[in-house]
Amino acid sequence: MTGFLSPLIEPGFFSNLPVQTALVVGGVVAVVSGIVGTFTVMRGQSFAGHSLADIGTAGGSAAFVLGISPLFGYVAMNLMAAGAMEWIGIRRPRGRDLATGIVLGAALGLAALFLYLDTTGSSTTGATVNVLFGSIFTLPSSMVPVIAIFSVVAAGIVLVLYRPLILTSISADLAIAQGVRVRLVGICYLVALALAVSLSAVTIGAILSTALLIGPAATALRITNRTGRAAVIAAAIGVIATWLGVLLAYDSYYWFPNGGGWPVSFFVVTLIFLVYLVSQLRFRGRALAPRQSTAAQAG
Amino acid sequence: MEGRAATGSDEILAVDGISVTLSGREILHDVTFHIRAGEFTGLIGSNGAGKTTLLRVILGLTSPSGGTVRVDGGGRRQPLIGYVPQRITLDPDMPLRARDLVGLGIDGQRFGLPFPSSTRRKQVDEMLEAVDATRFAESRVGNLSGGEQQRILIAHALISHPRLLLLDEPLANLDLGSEQEVVDLLARIAREQRIAVLISTHDMNPLLPVMDRIVYIANGRIATGTTAEVVSSESLTKLYGVHVDVIHVHDRILVVAGRREEALQHGDAESIVELV
Repeated sequence: MTGFLSPLIEPGFFSNLPVQTALVVGGVVAVVSGIVGTFTVMRGQSFAGHSLADIGTAGGSAAFVLGISPLFGYVAMNLMAAGAMEWIGIRRPRGRDLATGIVLGAALGLAALFLYLDTTGSSTTGATVNVLFGSIFTLPSSMVPVIAIFSVVAAGIVLVLYRPLILTSISADLAIAQGVRVRLVGICYLVALALAVSLSAVTIGAILSTALLIGPAATALRITNRTGRAAVIAAAIGVIATWLGVLLAYDSYYWFPNGGGWPVSFFVVTLIFLVYLVSQLRFRGRALAPRQSTAAQAG
Repeated sequence: MEGRAATGSDEILAVDGISVTLSGREILHDVTFHIRAGEFTGLIGSNGAGKTTLLRVILGLTSPSGGTVRVDGGGRRQPLIGYVPQRITLDPDMPLRARDLVGLGIDGQRFGLPFPSSTRRKQVDEMLEAVDATRFAESRVGNLSGGEQQRILIAHALISHPRLLLLDEPLANLDLGSEQEVVDLLARIAREQRIAVLISTHDMNPLLPVMDRIVYIANGRIATGTTAEVVSSESLTKLYGVHVDVIHVHDRILVVAGRREEALQHGDAESIVELV
């Protein structure tokens, strides 16, 4: 079998430990991103998600200064940022975007400082590369259980709050009238979002982490009319894009220009974008189809 | 609190002496009215008259500064009130079928994933049938027309068998045909299921054929009774504090500020002109 696939799969791919870790971690993170991302798009919080990703760079780069795993930096920073957004957003009911923008600006300032300290302090570019492009091939296997725990928490929040989350995405008033504690649901969701963005940042880098969150979900929403299926499809797209990305990055070791390999994040994001493009062409107007068919039946 | 709402009767909603002050401004003043089972009540007033605030007080979402609201559950547990909020925009990108939204009316507040059951499916099918929505049950809610979306939202509110159904401006942005369909549907539901329906609108005309009672709201005060009692020059002149003419044209009623200068003096010209 490997002989048949050898033009695609370079020798040693499956027996390589970093590759195995990358496939497992990348797959788990893609599933979490697909599930959480479906609700991010439904709730219209893509901007908040993207901002958390950018804000996370401050946490990731600070972790390097402190000498701990960047995942803890992302998680700590994103949770604080989510809290700040919630706090400012509540005090200024119409100021959610404004709140996000303010927190984002402050955090990027910190990221600039920490990245500067990382680069000047260690005289390597390791920290910058790690934060910007992810560290899926250099993850110590000791981080796998930590990633698993964060993944279970993030996905668990969304699955437990599945129905209240759908109700609040339709209308806060509708949800409140049905006894949903809308603010609590919103806060819990922000925690799930902060964790998902952090996990994604570890695999494909902080700057690109929302691509894994938003891209597959946005594609899935065009393909199906059902929320649960959308989450499953988004997860599947994410997993396939991530695994193919890992494979191509492995293959790219001898590629142009200097034989250092291309970053996984580039492949993952490009694949997700291509799938989205195809779905746009293939499913354009698809959402209207059921209506047309019922009209035809009625006529 | 006074407990005078007769427990043996079929009175469902008792609003007694409700006043609401929001950021120093009095929105509602001493509002009192009662609604019985099966009654179709129109809450009529111009934009900003306090209709939404009153509905929110009944729902318990806004605290009144005075007065009481009692909803008689007939010994049943929650939910007693079904609610259709105003201006819900259902996003065409939302992956949600009409039948899913109706199903959320049963258990949308619960935790965990919904597990499909034949009982639940049957209940949803019956509700869709009741609001004549079976033919677009599988469609995405965001792609339905305004009238179809209203019917789905009504089904969502009704499926938990509430005793009282509140609708906030459900006729806004509907074409005349769908407007009539929605009104007829609500009147039928009130009659057949003995549900008290309270519907807010700035235009009373679509409700005239089916309305049992009117609650006319202006300047934070109300006048209530039958349409004939409330929508008269005397009654509305008293409510608005300026001279008001009520003109019947064919089957429609127009409410017109009699003397514009007088209205302007009261600083209320805007709201009166809007009623025309």
